[in-house]
Amino acid sequence: MAINAIDDTAKEIVLTVQEYSLFAWRALMNLFRPPIYWTDFLLQSDIVGVGSVAIVLLSGFFTGGVLALQSAATLAAFGATAVTGQFVSLTMIRELGPVLTGVMVSGRNASSMASELGSMVVTEQIDAMRALGVDPMRKLVTPRIYSSIVMLLLLTIVADACGILGGAAVTVLLNHQNGTQYFHMAYERLRYPDVVQGMVKPLFFGFILSSIGCFYGMRTTGGTQGVGRSTISAVVSASVLIIFVDFLITHVLLTVFPS
Amino acid sequence: MSATPATASHPRAPTEVSPVVVVRDATVAFDGPPVLKDIGFSVAPAETRILLGPAGVGKSVLLKLINGLVRPAEGSVWLFGEEITSMPEERLFPLRARTGMVFQEGALFDSLTVRDNVAYQLLQDASIADEEIDNRVHEALSFVGLEETFALFPASLSGGMRRRVAIARALINRPELLLYDSPTGGLDPVTSTTIMDLVMKERDVHGTPSIMVTHRLQDAFMLCTHCFDAKRGEAVALPKGETVANTTFLMLEDGRLIFDGSLHELLHSENAFVREFLE
Repeated sequence: MAINAIDDTAKEIVLTVQEYSLFAWRALMNLFRPPIYWTDFLLQSDIVGVGSVAIVLLSGFFTGGVLALQSAATLAAFGATAVTGQFVSLTMIRELGPVLTGVMVSGRNASSMASELGSMVVTEQIDAMRALGVDPMRKLVTPRIYSSIVMLLLLTIVADACGILGGAAVTVLLNHQNGTQYFHMAYERLRYPDVVQGMVKPLFFGFILSSIGCFYGMRTTGGTQGVGRSTISAVVSASVLIIFVDFLITHVLLTVFPS
Repeated sequence: MSATPATASHPRAPTEVSPVVVVRDATVAFDGPPVLKDIGFSVAPAETRILLGPAGVGKSVLLKLINGLVRPAEGSVWLFGEEITSMPEERLFPLRARTGMVFQEGALFDSLTVRDNVAYQLLQDASIADEEIDNRVHEALSFVGLEETFALFPASLSGGMRRRVAIARALINRPELLLYDSPTGGLDPVTSTTIMDLVMKERDVHGTPSIMVTHRLQDAFMLCTHCFDAKRGEAVALPKGETVANTTFLMLEDGRLIFDGSLHELLHSENAFVREFLE
């Protein structure tokens, strides 16, 4: 029966959301009760943060360049090529820097978290950890979530800077415009709410990509095929959720800080 | 279940003190029909229980039930005198730390060296110095005869070596209960004998109570008819007709416990499934 199928799917979705909420809440609260595995925080910060620098740097730089290229023709039609710097910096800092970094890091790390934890589940390593008296939530999940939040904030700053530099490179080298003017406009038109918007988003995106990656990893079933399924689900869910949450945060922040 | 007493016994009967493990009418179910139904048994201090049964009857699940890795839908489980049936996970960790568990495939952490695997519990305690950890790892590895693997990764070990490292990991914290999940499954006879010697050594040298899951009768019978001679450093056969009194059997069939008794009772059981399994 179609109704039964819809009913079952709806129940499954509600149950998954409930499980995810409890999972994320437990993982976050673990920071406030010992034991806290600081070494694992540092290790994960290195994996998530340092390991993602190259992709963030390159994607940020070329996105800034593409923005400058695409905007040049349109802005020239209005005689407003001077605002290229403003356009690139505002777009990168408010929107593209956080979202692009979130999606790129999610592709790299949410998948890695889901597959690593999933493999540990199917080979009974998680059970072995529990049997040895160590809480996998504290040891594996909490460090991944907090280090992702912190690292995504820093990576977003790197992406923003690289995007502005990429835009400058295109503006000066391809569009033959004035570099000083570009940087002046990029800086001059930047307002406090723009920076707040750009810095708040990565905190949420870091939480989303790591908690989703760990959640799907820890609930893996069905052997190596299951690990593959968890990895795909983690990347897809994290990417979609990042863009959806971006919409919500933008809406809220534009209400709080109207332009 | 046979009521006939054992004909002769090695003089080491379990003491009449509170049991280490008590399982009462436990039923375990996941998404489908129950995996275990109305299971009830206990493990006394210094007692070894051998859990027999064909593949897929719920032996590993029963082992996980005992240290709270799996929760019963009905009934109750008691570990070290505390009821763990619905105990919160945080309170279970200290109890689990007092048990040692050897998983079917070893379940070693593949990103850690043998040293870090064996020392895993000790590494969580910042107050233990690295030197002491190294000494205890060497001691545990020498117990299983694998001192040379200290710096290796699990991927470079054979299946038998991985099981022995898993045994060393389970023993390093001086557990008060050992749970072996098919420690010899899929291994060659020589490696299986080495591992059975280790199980016997732990039973006879340290007197640690244990539950060993197996479907290999020769291992089960060997554990019952041999004891570890600490002076000679090897397992020796007991005189004909004698068995180790503190080593008894449990048998599962289709999620139900159908036998609980000594080797003698097992061999003389009238239960058709037991007879078929033995034959």
